[in-house]
Amino acid sequence: MNVSQDSLLELVRRTSTEIPDDVHKAILGSLEQEKKGTIAESAMKIIDQNIALAKNKSQPICQDTGSIIFYVDCPIGYDQIAFEEAAREAVKLATKKGFLRQNSVDSITGKNDGTNLGPGSPTVHFHQHRSPEISVRLVLKGGGCENVGAQYSLPNEKLNANRDLDGCRKAILDAVLQAQGKGCGPGILGVCIGGDRATGYEHSKQQFLRKLDDHNTNPELDKLEEDIVGTANKLGIGPMGFGGKTTLLGTKIGVLNRLPASYFVSVSYMCWAYRRQGVTLDNDGKIERWLY
Amino acid sequence: MVSLSTPISDQKIRSLKVGDEVLITGTLFTGRDAVHKYLHEGGKLPAGVNLKDGILYHCGPVVIKDEQGQWKCTAAGPTTSIREEPYQWQVIRDFGLRGVIGKGGMGDKTLQACKEHGCVYLHAIGGAAQVLAQCIKRVRNVHMMEQFGAPEAIWEFEVENFPAVITMDSHGGSLHKEVFAASQAELAKHV
Repeated sequence: MNVSQDSLLELVRRTSTEIPDDVHKAILGSLEQEKKGTIAESAMKIIDQNIALAKNKSQPICQDTGSIIFYVDCPIGYDQIAFEEAAREAVKLATKKGFLRQNSVDSITGKNDGTNLGPGSPTVHFHQHRSPEISVRLVLKGGGCENVGAQYSLPNEKLNANRDLDGCRKAILDAVLQAQGKGCGPGILGVCIGGDRATGYEHSKQQFLRKLDDHNTNPELDKLEEDIVGTANKLGIGPMGFGGKTTLLGTKIGVLNRLPASYFVSVSYMCWAYRRQGVTLDNDGKIERWLY
Repeated sequence: MVSLSTPISDQKIRSLKVGDEVLITGTLFTGRDAVHKYLHEGGKLPAGVNLKDGILYHCGPVVIKDEQGQWKCTAAGPTTSIREEPYQWQVIRDFGLRGVIGKGGMGDKTLQACKEHGCVYLHAIGGAAQVLAQCIKRVRNVHMMEQFGAPEAIWEFEVENFPAVITMDSHGGSLHKEVFAASQAELAKHV
């Protein structure tokens, strides 16, 4: 096995088995907030135990190890084909070792060959930059939370949502209401305002690369992010939809330009088992440092 | 905390109410999307799978073979149950289920079947794959692995003190309906 394959396997292992610090902090905050003796508190306690157990045993936090999405920032001249080959091998091996579930199914035949390799799996997004640094981020996003994602086309008469930030707010909060506990809350939202149906969802997922405690560089969106979390946590949906105080742990909102005819609000939901890690690699493909 | 052991009687099920926390000991069979569609279309349960007075678990576990060739379950949390809503009532009716474990809750058809046939919906903690895998003491068997693949196969687990919460009972009670209605009313005040 070559060096970058080894590094990518370690990235997959850690992503699947260890929750990032920023997310863990938010989960502990939620555990503290839930009323003692409620089933919401019980749920948060089990979640906290689960995080410790997964790390100690080096086994998946959640059995649904999700869509495998790599984001690679690389310098000009970086061999993207070699990276994809190494990523595929790392995924195959991680599956064999049980860090990933046999999770990729042929949509027509229903066959699962057990390798996690196939059209769209894994997905790799490359972004070239002028710096010599090679950074690889990985998101493993489970199907339960993926299924409760929603895309709104504004105006939306039913929600009385017009083409402005207030309309976006109504759409986003509706997504929270509809998701209830189905996406394994307390959840985190990645939102994109604008774009088309494909780029909107894609950009909404990229928001999950941001740290939970960061701030949006756009003050209006920063305010909206806070408002969404604050309002969602007044709804009483709570962990797992059991009722309780924490419905959302965070919301991150990005923006793309849109066509005059379109106004999409794309909402991706991430479960509490927020599996996201990243590394920088040296020129030999060795891990230099961890990013989260 | 209520202890629940399989097989479960109608009387025991009727004593359970929404909000009760339970610990399950005994046998669980997994079954999710492919199994429900298969049974709905008239498929037969494979020999050795008996759901009568038992519990079906909506779960696609991670199971690997150890060096001795024994199955070992390394992650086993619940999957979202609402996808089985078109089929679940029928599976409860035809196979005599007393409990369905999953996450996210289910709809009116399932709630009605729980009432009519004496069944409950048990909510496990979504994502808690390690805590729940620890409760699986043995993987007894696997069925329909070839057709459906590992996550969709019917696994037979021996469990001890598997934690869950009753969120739909056999008296028409549903925590999911309550929380949805209350959160919808609250949201109306904020938009």
